Amino acid sequence: MRYEYITGNTAIAKASITAGLKFYAGYPITPTSDIFEYLARELPKRGGHVVQFEDEIASINAAVGASWACAKSMTATSGPGFSLMLETLSLAVITETPLVVAYVMRTGPSTGVPTRSGQYDVLQATYGFHGGLVIPVLAPSTPQEAYDLTVRAFNVSEELRTPVVLLSDAVVAHTYGKVAVRERGEVEVVDRGKPSVSPEAYRPYDPLGGLVPPMACFGEGYNVLVESLTHDERGYYAPRTDIQRRLMWRLYRKVVESSEKLFDYSATHLDGCEHALVSYGSTALSARAAAKLLREEGFRACSVTLRTLFPVYEEGVAGLLKGVEKVFVVENNVGLYFRELRGVLRDKEVVSVPLIDLDMPLPQEVAGVVKKWL
Amino acid sequence: MAVGHPLDPYLRVDRIPTMWCPGCGLGVVLGTLLRAVDRRIREGQLKRENVAFVGGIGCTARMSLYPLFDSAHVAHGRAIPFALGVKIVKPEMKMIVVGGDGDIAAIGGNHVLHALRRNADLLVVMVNNMVYGMTGGQLAPTTPRGLYTTTTPYGNPEKEINMVRLAAALGANYVARGSTTHPQLLEQMFYKALAKRGMAFVEVLSTCPEIFGRHIGFRNPADLYLELRKRVVVKARPSVEESDYSWEKGFVLGEYVDRDEPGYIDVYSEYLSRVLGSGG
Repeated sequence: MRYEYITGNTAIAKASITAGLKFYAGYPITPTSDIFEYLARELPKRGGHVVQFEDEIASINAAVGASWACAKSMTATSGPGFSLMLETLSLAVITETPLVVAYVMRTGPSTGVPTRSGQYDVLQATYGFHGGLVIPVLAPSTPQEAYDLTVRAFNVSEELRTPVVLLSDAVVAHTYGKVAVRERGEVEVVDRGKPSVSPEAYRPYDPLGGLVPPMACFGEGYNVLVESLTHDERGYYAPRTDIQRRLMWRLYRKVVESSEKLFDYSATHLDGCEHALVSYGSTALSARAAAKLLREEGFRACSVTLRTLFPVYEEGVAGLLKGVEKVFVVENNVGLYFRELRGVLRDKEVVSVPLIDLDMPLPQEVAGVVKKWL
Repeated sequence: MAVGHPLDPYLRVDRIPTMWCPGCGLGVVLGTLLRAVDRRIREGQLKRENVAFVGGIGCTARMSLYPLFDSAHVAHGRAIPFALGVKIVKPEMKMIVVGGDGDIAAIGGNHVLHALRRNADLLVVMVNNMVYGMTGGQLAPTTPRGLYTTTTPYGNPEKEINMVRLAAALGANYVARGSTTHPQLLEQMFYKALAKRGMAFVEVLSTCPEIFGRHIGFRNPADLYLELRKRVVVKARPSVEESDYSWEKGFVLGEYVDRDEPGYIDVYSEYLSRVLGSGG
């Protein structure tokens, strides 16, 4: 372990190598390209592959293919590129392909302000693809969290055989910070489960009584079937309600029932807190500073930074904010994640603090909005 | 006791019969392709566990479901980048992409363009029935001008795409046009294509009597087969100038390009050895 002074994007790139990344496919986009450029310099030296494809669609499909060739795979993008990737994110969900998508949010909609920040895509990150299931979404607010959550994203994707979205933003991407950089052996690295039966007995979508099936790769003699159609345990197309129910509930449960394990947050001054400022990503830094300003004015304010946005661990979030009077959801959009929390905190006053700002919202502005409700 | 088919060892026999309509040309394509693979395996030039089939969406893409090999049935138009992702990580794999004219030339157009430019080490089999069959008869970029489709009910006004010319222009190592009316020739093309490094692109003219035939007055499978047969002519080593795509003037079958330039894996491996050789 050593400390380095690096940006959030560099932290993602470095952590992905530590986590075992072997294949990166990408297409240039602001504010993400420096992840790609760092990996293009460093990953091939360590036996990995970095290839620029013709668009984001090809990039994510190549990453899915590489994952089926046993390589831990990643792509990185921003809003316009993520929109193009959604079709194949859906493919990765139904084929249970481990894959990490680093999504560095910028100002939208459409081309928006490509170099500046926002959190408009927080719901798209998990709900954007067709098929109505949940993709785990981890959101760093600092370069250190970007590093740690990248390792986690790979581990979760391997353990659950699911795509994972690492949801950063333009501020985190290019803010420098002190980061504890770790080597292989200094972090826990999880690899997907492999089949323990003969190729003849192997069924690629049989979870063997659990929720996650062991995964054979191309070239191992298992005659694997990567199937985008609704399929049974063999991977055979089965347009039947009972099969669809079994598949949907298993894909749903394997992610949602991991919500307690995936739950991750940081909090300050939670003891005796009356007014909690809940936030995520770079805006969490504004919320934390705003809570400090409010405390200085005599309010019993605290801040909570959520690092896992999806799946929502309902009991965990409710338990965390149990003693709090009012919950303020501070975010750099029109008030999106607020909807999720309002659904979880039904017996509490939950107030949306939506601040549109091309940079981090100023703490004074956050505190000013919150005070109107106190 | 049931008598097996000689290709049964290469098939997921529990999935037979296929989903294809009577008279569809795809059975001929699958049969000739598997015979060619079988020959290469028996000659020791291919390892069975290193052969994989990848299809996007459409009747042809479903061809990936039946062979007893590693297979992927992915998103519409996206078989090529999926296959290239596998190939880069495991260059020992022989990746066979199967797709229809819509899957490869329309929605997958950008991917095939760049795979051809890269001379990517894939065998791409584009089965061309000149229509969107699975979805019921809509316009394809290969639909002959003037013909009825359900989305151009007054006759297709557009110029057709000539994938042979495109593949030759962008630098594929092997470019051929075959037809289900000439299975022996087709098998020979696949056999040859399987041994190539770089991109091997084979367009296969095929019959869809249920959709394409029905809409243009050849509902009977034999009638459409004979109609297509009438419109194709085989040439030994035709030039690319002879590849014109025309329902009216007919189609020339043959091997348009057969060269041995470095493939993508060659140039990429050379790049990697430069990286490793420089000591970082």
